[in-house]
Amino acid sequence: MRRRVVITGMGTVNPLGHDVPGTWKAMLACRGGFGPIRQFDAATFPTTFAAEVRDYDLARHVADADRHRHAGHQCRFALGAACEAWRHSGLEDFAGLDRSRVGIYLGSGEGSLDFWNFTSTIVDSWAGGKVDTVRWAALARRRMSLWREVEQESNMVVAHLAAQFGVRGPAFNVLTACAASTQALGEAALQVRRGDADVIISGGAHSMIHPYGVTGFNRLTALSVRNDSIDTASRPFDLTRDGFVLGEGASVLILEAREHALARGASILAEIIGYGASADAFRITDQDPDGAGAAASMRAALADAGVAPGDIDYISAHGTGTQQNDQVETKAVKTVFGELAAKVPISSVKSMVGHLIAAAGATELITCVLAIRDQVLPPTIHYATPDPDCDLDYIPNAPRKAKVEVCMSNSFGFGGQNNTLIVTR
Amino acid sequence: MGERAVAITGLGVVSPAGIGVDALWEMLLSGGSAVRRIGLFDASGFPCSVGGQIEGFSARSFLPKSYRKAVKVMMRDIEIAMAAADLAFRDAGIVTRAAEGERMSIDATRLGCNIGAGLISPDLDEMGVALTTALDEEGRFSLARWGAGGMNNLTPLWLLKYLPNMLSCHVTIVHGAEGPSNCITCGDASGHLSIGEAARYVAENRADAAIAGSAESKLNPMGLLRQGLLLDRLRTAGPDDPAAWCRPFDADHAGTVIGEGGGLVVLEALDRAAGRGAKVYAELAGAGAACDPGGIDVTKANAGSIDLAVRRAMDSAGVGPEDIDLVVAHGTGVPEEDRREAAAWRAALGAAADRVPVVAVTGAVGSLYAGAGGPELAVAAKAIREQVIPRSVNFARPADGCELNVSTKARAASIRHAVTGAFTVGGQSGACVLRRCET
Repeated sequence: MRRRVVITGMGTVNPLGHDVPGTWKAMLACRGGFGPIRQFDAATFPTTFAAEVRDYDLARHVADADRHRHAGHQCRFALGAACEAWRHSGLEDFAGLDRSRVGIYLGSGEGSLDFWNFTSTIVDSWAGGKVDTVRWAALARRRMSLWREVEQESNMVVAHLAAQFGVRGPAFNVLTACAASTQALGEAALQVRRGDADVIISGGAHSMIHPYGVTGFNRLTALSVRNDSIDTASRPFDLTRDGFVLGEGASVLILEAREHALARGASILAEIIGYGASADAFRITDQDPDGAGAAASMRAALADAGVAPGDIDYISAHGTGTQQNDQVETKAVKTVFGELAAKVPISSVKSMVGHLIAAAGATELITCVLAIRDQVLPPTIHYATPDPDCDLDYIPNAPRKAKVEVCMSNSFGFGGQNNTLIVTR
Repeated sequence: MGERAVAITGLGVVSPAGIGVDALWEMLLSGGSAVRRIGLFDASGFPCSVGGQIEGFSARSFLPKSYRKAVKVMMRDIEIAMAAADLAFRDAGIVTRAAEGERMSIDATRLGCNIGAGLISPDLDEMGVALTTALDEEGRFSLARWGAGGMNNLTPLWLLKYLPNMLSCHVTIVHGAEGPSNCITCGDASGHLSIGEAARYVAENRADAAIAGSAESKLNPMGLLRQGLLLDRLRTAGPDDPAAWCRPFDADHAGTVIGEGGGLVVLEALDRAAGRGAKVYAELAGAGAACDPGGIDVTKANAGSIDLAVRRAMDSAGVGPEDIDLVVAHGTGVPEEDRREAAAWRAALGAAADRVPVVAVTGAVGSLYAGAGGPELAVAAKAIREQVIPRSVNFARPADGCELNVSTKARAASIRHAVTGAFTVGGQSGACVLRRCET
């Protein structure tokens, strides 16, 4: 028996807004969420800016915020997003909910290292070209703390959500880099489809806006370094793109068996009809230049959904704004869509919200659901110079009214894990 | 579990007992333990300085020649997974892309991968070499100097050494696995959850075979800090011989010890395996998962509602407690965790808990954390294949509150169904049911 899987709630905390309505409004107004990094002094880093969540107060989103006083940075975003989604779904007021049948399937990132304490313990125990581990142990015991370390484990976000909603269903965290939350949503949909749970709280959370996160991406030369034009630095599909802009945040969707949602009279926002996953199996540093893995993921999702390329009204691109991704993604779309590729509108909301890494895919799926609801497509902003290798319709610089019934959302992770979701009204 | 039966056709285990599942199996038969004084680095500054380490290990000999230089971007967790993958595919008799110059014996797009991983510990020496190039005049670390150039003393691919999905990614690249690929990060439950998810790839016809399991090494200063000094889960004193320190469910249990290792298994459609005459260890008949809202408080022991995970696994296999002939438990040796786990097994199995033999692998190799699930499932598979119940190492008499039938000696037995499960700090759990393959 293949049960149908619907979306009954959505929530998000991201650089454009601390809820779904505010975020969508900002996107349709073509606003970007970029600025100089405030969380640490990045003035001398190759990249000095990011898309940060500003002025976020967990207590405004969660009634019993004290229970989460130890929560890590990304976990706080996840709690805000999950509480919004939960309220939105109406499950908060549904007395008949069997919480052993409510699962959690997240794509959360790792927390950040305790930067100053971690760094100083190494520097202060450095002797003869290596760390004196005996001295390090003594320093680390004094300087580092239980919760700061434990909350780096990505499964702790799952733990906080399980406590918040009192659930005992199947619980997973996956961390497939930039594809994580799309993968989580796809696998969660399969859990509901086969009956392992009636409801799954799914999505992702991440922040890599910390010194080692920016260091890591700068060393990979993956980030934009347009420190003199921060506001327009994120330029997916534009010829002058020079990397992505690091974002942070969380997005959560409530997935529910359609019959369960109908039985309780819930309003259904959209249905997940297709999921595809593949691996490039190419290189850890580069995407397969032919886009074969990305194409396989899209094709698998189309087959799973039982729809044809011509049925797709909009593609929410992975569209990071690196030279390689946008070129490969364009090629893969052409492979799958053939002559239709030039006609299907594609956009990257990363041009506005930045790259939320593990949380990116869930955020983008929310925009697909909203596009169907409002019959309007979000744009790719900062698009000015066409790239001969990226010659599709990227919905440049302004939202577009359109007939939107079926949307595809793509995410491709560092290391070659590809995931695609298809949603419909 | 799905439209197709799933067979386990290959086992690859890397553990302190040695390289290969047989090394671990032999140790469980003999009742020995690989736990000793830590020799990989000077651990004398930590309250716990014993552990289970893999001696003289490098992934190089498990990689095709063209890929060997990539070990420099592999943390030990990744190296363990690479060795386990090579062992598992060879054991299964499946020719992958790793056999350079040979044709793969499986369609690459129908080969999936799902490998659980932990929070990969930073290498302090690697960090120190770079960090100490960014000191100010007074010898203190300067973030400004780091940003302005100090960071360039880290290898460009530094970040990729620490991404948990790199276990899966390197495995998919080396072996040419282009099907669904995932990485589950739920601590000690990661292996069981990964294998359960990968079994569904095959059962639901998204793949014909998959490599799945988990690997981790916390046997490093960060691991000892987090697990010992901060979480207080490690044993800090005991007999002169560290081999006796880790004692799951035993009256003298007094904390766990850190081990390192992992295990990957090849899951394959049973009809495909039968068609090529493959050796089948067992059928992967069911899988389940659960969580406990109490997991948020890591200062209190928690077994992640593993009773629910076990029941769900039995349900999906279509069996009940009366059908179970062996339990491979998680058995950390942390007293309150042992008690909660024992109570959970009793809740899941009911009266059958008095009868069913229980084995914990941890006494022999230490806690493998995210790496635990693969070896635990491999032991269950091996037990079914051999029709032998191994020993639960370092168990002599039951601790209060641990009323389980823990195995005290290896013996031949009729084993039709085995169930194995694990739980993690944070409150998630996973379980799998294995069935003897009659064909």
